Amino acid sequence: MDKKKLVVVGNGMAGARVVEEILKRAPGRFDITMFGAEPYGNYNRILLSNVLNQTQEPQEIFLNPLTWYQENNITLHAGIKAFKIDRQRKVVLGGQVPPGILPYANNEEFLNKVEFIEEPYDQVIIATGSRPFVPPMEGFGGEGTFLFRTIDDCHAIAEYAQRCRKAAVIGGGLLGLEAARGLLTHNVEVTVIEAAGQLMNAQLDAEAGQLLRRTMEAMGIRVVTAAKTSKINFQDGRIASLSFADGTLVETDMVVVSAGIRPITEIAQASGIAVGKGIMCDDQMRTSDADIFTLGECTEHRGRLYGLVDPIWEQARVLADVISGANPNALYTGSKTGTKLKVMGVELISIGEKEPSLPSDEVVIYREPNHGIYKKLIIRDEKIHGAILLGDIEGGDILMQMFMRDEKVPAKRSELFFGSVKSAVLVNIADLPDNAQICNCNGVCKKEITDAIVEGECLTVAAVGKKTKAGKGCGSCRGLIAQLIESCVGKVSYDPSEHYYVPGIPLEKSQLVAEIKSRGLKSVSAVFAELAGGREDLDSKVGLASLLKTIWPKEYEDERDARFINDRVHANIQKDGTFSVVPRIYGGVTSPEELMRIAQAAVKYQVKMVKITGGQRIDLLGVKKEDLPAIWKDLGMPSGHAYTKAFRTCKSCVGTDFCRYGVGDSIRMAQEIERRFQGIESPHKMKLATAGCPRNCSEAYVKDIGAVAIEGGKWEIYVGGAAGSSVRKGDLLCTVDTHEEVLKYIGRFMEYYRQHAKYLERTYGFVERVGIDMLKKILIEDSLGICAQLDERIQQAVDAYKDPWKEAEIPAYPHQFEGPRLVEVLNEAENNG
Amino acid sequence: MISPTKIIHLGSIDQVPVGQGRCFIIDGEEIAVFRSRDGHVFAVENRCPHRGGPLAEGVMGDGKVVCPLHGHKFDLATGQGGEKPECVRIFSVIIDNGEIKIDGRDLAKPQPRSMVRS
Repeated sequence: MDKKKLVVVGNGMAGARVVEEILKRAPGRFDITMFGAEPYGNYNRILLSNVLNQTQEPQEIFLNPLTWYQENNITLHAGIKAFKIDRQRKVVLGGQVPPGILPYANNEEFLNKVEFIEEPYDQVIIATGSRPFVPPMEGFGGEGTFLFRTIDDCHAIAEYAQRCRKAAVIGGGLLGLEAARGLLTHNVEVTVIEAAGQLMNAQLDAEAGQLLRRTMEAMGIRVVTAAKTSKINFQDGRIASLSFADGTLVETDMVVVSAGIRPITEIAQASGIAVGKGIMCDDQMRTSDADIFTLGECTEHRGRLYGLVDPIWEQARVLADVISGANPNALYTGSKTGTKLKVMGVELISIGEKEPSLPSDEVVIYREPNHGIYKKLIIRDEKIHGAILLGDIEGGDILMQMFMRDEKVPAKRSELFFGSVKSAVLVNIADLPDNAQICNCNGVCKKEITDAIVEGECLTVAAVGKKTKAGKGCGSCRGLIAQLIESCVGKVSYDPSEHYYVPGIPLEKSQLVAEIKSRGLKSVSAVFAELAGGREDLDSKVGLASLLKTIWPKEYEDERDARFINDRVHANIQKDGTFSVVPRIYGGVTSPEELMRIAQAAVKYQVKMVKITGGQRIDLLGVKKEDLPAIWKDLGMPSGHAYTKAFRTCKSCVGTDFCRYGVGDSIRMAQEIERRFQGIESPHKMKLATAGCPRNCSEAYVKDIGAVAIEGGKWEIYVGGAAGSSVRKGDLLCTVDTHEEVLKYIGRFMEYYRQHAKYLERTYGFVERVGIDMLKKILIEDSLGICAQLDERIQQAVDAYKDPWKEAEIPAYPHQFEGPRLVEVLNEAENNG
Repeated sequence: MISPTKIIHLGSIDQVPVGQGRCFIIDGEEIAVFRSRDGHVFAVENRCPHRGGPLAEGVMGDGKVVCPLHGHKFDLATGQGGEKPECVRIFSVIIDNGEIKIDGRDLAKPQPRSMVRS
């Protein structure tokens, strides 16, 4: 049978995704040709702002490298724009986009000057996407004016910003605010200009928009709303200011327009295919021509346009089912949309409609204006019809699920915001006695904290911590401290330094990573020299050392003085200044030979206590620093890393070998995990476990990562569990079939945690902050297209593993393991000369 | 300045890794000598007044050291602790031709220490 010729017009996320879906269903069925007006393989446009603020390299956001096209026998016409489908002759016509013409420009004049390419087809998929909308204004297109849509745009903006003090972003929607965030990292004063009366008009109601505006302003962004830009004013060839329709001006040195998108439909119009707001299609994604399909941002389905990833992925699945014949009756009936976003660090969930539209619609609102928190629900027929959560999105995942599944809401509406009252422990902190201990780690009582607040004028949790040490242990009392500040003085002050990755450099993690990468800083002292004005900040050293090692697994210049003592000598310091030694015991399974070596070493080095640890290992306590290299050599076992912020251990139960309940080989699984991830460093420690059945004898549900075998030969992977100062059951990330997949997803989660968690943020805090639904999307469905990058980075970290106890043979630096030196005082040091 | 009357030689500065501390025991007294990345040298008593942690094993930077046990901080030039009224004794120290020398008379002085010990 001859292969069918499939031509895909558009090499963006939608076009590439539908091809992937088709290849999954019917590999080899089609001869595939793709037209892409940009001269690249396809990339993840969602991550463009990361390229602008330099937290990601352009190559990291590519979804399919050029080899993907080769491997799948896809002909890619990169840099060639398809402009017409000749439906009589059944050919698609394209022409090379000359340099200097924007790939998405609506300017086909160049077609007169270039040679055409013709591609015959049996079927066509149009996935041309959208182009930025530029509101009518005078002067756009001149020097210093930019759109924010492609990788090239990002490069041009970043480059031009170097020469600017002020920048204006026209458009106060999600992308506009992302562009503003990117610009802030380039040290320019940013003004966001929005034509509507509020920010994020598509997702927020007026009140939430106003609240977001105040939060943005507190971060140093100027916001101008209800302002229609009429003209960009130039002076001596450079931008001087913007004029608005009402005659007012804003000074600026550059202009970035990010005022929404419009579908690219010219090819459909030129080919006689029906176009409304977008290229129109039926429930099988078929246009008015039965051989021509469409999907993505260029597409209008049942009167709606979609600009979010999830609906477009749904369209891609249906279209692939139909065109490949895998399910010729597949139907796309529209998507319910809800978005969870982080705009400049402010969390936001927007679901369905933002305003009520029927008299019977019920509106429930909760607000904390001083904290930038606003929650609104629109309930119709006892179901969620719309919701906005701004500033605090706790419970938002559940609301999103209820909305997507059309579930009935509880009779007590407050439970939608605050969870079930029955489960909440209500403590009115104001009623506690003065001597009640608030911080159980550092033993700080309520009176000390309220004194610090009232007399010491500590108005932030960090300031209270600095003064009293409260909240500086495990951190679980920080919420109570915030409540105390509120009850004393009304509100907690905003302290940007709480978001700094390390206290000595005023940057959040993403910004700090961007600076480190762009400046190529490989050592802690280089970071201080470049980013802290040369001041070596004591409280920042250890955190920076950890971060640098994650950023540069191989090239990191390890300055040992930036490490905590435990990491200098690979053992855990005890209260008497001796150290504990925990050799690695893979999966908690040891042998008589190992036990004998451990016993002999314990005797030889006069170990004060031999203790079975909670992580199924053996701890030798009370070892002198100078004995460490020798005891490691005698043990002949690798380091168990029981002293550092890294992968610690993987406990297991006896699994299938002996247990009469076990359904999975938890011991072998734990050993595989431990051998693969030993020594992987992370923002905080990671304790793992595997369980051979859901009876959970090894406590895998409450580990940072737990793998639990279930009937049918499958494994469930839980993340974000805790059984320390906080107790939390992990969230189910995914269920997989094989040990290899368990290793793959554990590694992927670890790497995402390594890249995105704050320093000293345990996985339970991280998973709650990001949300398990978001993690599933990113790590399982690959919604950001970064899974390949994560897998590759964790592999690099695995490959870079060296047993630190090997430093017993060759110390990393002179005197590394030496103890105090006895000095003999010589009387001849007396000098009467 | 150190008077030349009772100088104690601790040996080469190379015994102290750059950016770290090292404990020396002189007449039963533990002294932590620190060598900063920018070339300064400090000497303080080694035991943290809080719970006796070995300051020589602490992370140093910006003229301060953090005790490895509970994170109490001390200024290496003045001995002043971050948790008032804690403080540690300081000793005059110089590097002379690559040799660490401290003023032995400081050892004999009565201990001011912290006024309150928990």
